[in-house]
Amino acid sequence: MKPPPFEYLAPATLDEALELLAEKGGEAKVLAGGQSLVPVLNFRLAQPAFLVDINGLDELDYIEVEADGSLRIGAMTRQRRLELDPRIPLRAPLLAATMPLIAHPQIRNRGTVGGSLAHADPSGELPVAAVALDAEFVLRSHSRRGERVVPATDFFEGLMTTALAEDELLCECRVPAAPPGTGWAFREVARRHGDYAHAGLAARLTLADDGKIVSARLVYLSAGEVPMSAPRACAMLEGEEPSEGLFAEAASTAARDEIDPSDDIHATAAFKRHLAEALTRRALAIALDRARAA
Amino acid sequence: MSRHHVSTQVNGRVYEREVESRLLLSDFLRHELGLTGTHVGCEHGVCGACTVLLDGQPVRSCLLFAVQADGRQLATVEGLALSSEEMHPMQNAFRDAHALQCGFCTAGILMSMVTFLEENRDPTEAEVRSALSGNLCRCTGYQHIVDAVLLTAERMRKRSA
Ligand SMILES: Cc1cc2nc3c(=O)[nH]c(=O)nc-3n(C[C@H](O)[C@H](O)[C@H](O)COP(=O)(O)OP(=O)(O)OC[C@H]3O[C@@H](n4cnc5c(N)ncnc54)[C@H](O)[C@@H]3O)c2cc1C
Ligand code: FES
Ligand code: FES
Repeated sequence: MKPPPFEYLAPATLDEALELLAEKGGEAKVLAGGQSLVPVLNFRLAQPAFLVDINGLDELDYIEVEADGSLRIGAMTRQRRLELDPRIPLRAPLLAATMPLIAHPQIRNRGTVGGSLAHADPSGELPVAAVALDAEFVLRSHSRRGERVVPATDFFEGLMTTALAEDELLCECRVPAAPPGTGWAFREVARRHGDYAHAGLAARLTLADDGKIVSARLVYLSAGEVPMSAPRACAMLEGEEPSEGLFAEAASTAARDEIDPSDDIHATAAFKRHLAEALTRRALAIALDRARAA
Repeated sequence: MSRHHVSTQVNGRVYEREVESRLLLSDFLRHELGLTGTHVGCEHGVCGACTVLLDGQPVRSCLLFAVQADGRQLATVEGLALSSEEMHPMQNAFRDAHALQCGFCTAGILMSMVTFLEENRDPTEAEVRSALSGNLCRCTGYQHIVDAVLLTAERMRKRSA
């Protein structure tokens, strides 16, 4: 349970960090909060020759609210800081509700926004929230790619696999402002507060002036290799008058036909589908109440 | 193998050492500094036994490298007592409420709960249970730990009233 030997590098600026990554390529691993990477090293599941510690990059630690209400969150922003920022419940309430669900305060004190996204654990809450919020990520490298902006839906490519190239850093997460008439909910079931959840989802509903649903988003955790969207269930909701019956139908479609959970030591796939269906009905009811109050 | 100079303040005292880059902060505290009050249970962030304060905030010392503590301030259970005669109110409450048996989890729980009570002076039982979710105890069944944290909060409120 001790990490293998590695060379420790601590760049002081983003430029230096990108230079090191360009130089070391696949031999280097980025160290952010270390709350996922250090366990991986302690178990010796990875043996990188170099660790590039980006904790010195203060330039990636910020939360900015733009004039249009959108958010720009630096990758090195600690999860706990985002959780406690009083602007977030007003600007991105779904994000504010997501943060306390991630692990424990002791973990969130170190764990970063960028680390959680780059780690891309399909049981993680932040990737799911990012997809539900139509977030975009700013990636940078010293290669020809330079800076590129990747939508969250394209970023998560497979099991713990993202669009990030070996020499690329995730630098910023951009969250657009929600349209008026939007309600949201994050619901999950875990054995204990702070544990990775068996099932859970982020739901978002936007209502038109006549009360009909103009857009719906349902994104699930622990339901496949990436944050799992349920486009068919959402299509059933869009353009319709919200009702309990409609929500039950959409929940059943999403949980039975769209997500793809697997058995693990704590829960069977069938149980996870059962949870997902019940949670979807509840999340949609809460999102509807909030959309009507918005 | 890369070695690094580390200068860090632990419980107000400055320590300087040369360390290997892969040395975990938990092992640095225990083996290099001899501060064995911080315990090591799982070494992957799950049990909370190794919790210490880094610049005032509780963190897992098994998920940090010693080199990352360079220039930072740490607090461990050894620094909790107010003096050699007087324990911290939470330590007294743990004794009074029988909140420990083997004591393996205790240091991590004390370090987590001391900061929790700074942020929430009058917590409900449910809030205490939720705050304890990041620390495992194999002995007590948690009830007495919850009692001790609530007792500490009550005594500290009375004292400052
Ligand atoms: C006990 C425990 C319980 C947990 N429970 C949960 C939970 O319930 N839900 C949950 O979502 N998470 C949970 N986590 C994980 C936690 O949220 C981590 O903090 C997070 O997944 C990783 O963030 P980090 O900053 O610590 O990244 P690190 O561990 O430092 O890095 C993780 C990975 O991302 C890469 N990386 C990090 N930052 C960047 C960047 N800016 N650019 C490119 N690559 C980067 C690293 O190279 C590494 O591969 C738990 C962790 C522990 C220890
Ligand atoms: S030893 Fe660090 S959390 Fe268990
Ligand atoms: S008292 Fe033994 S583990 Fe808690």
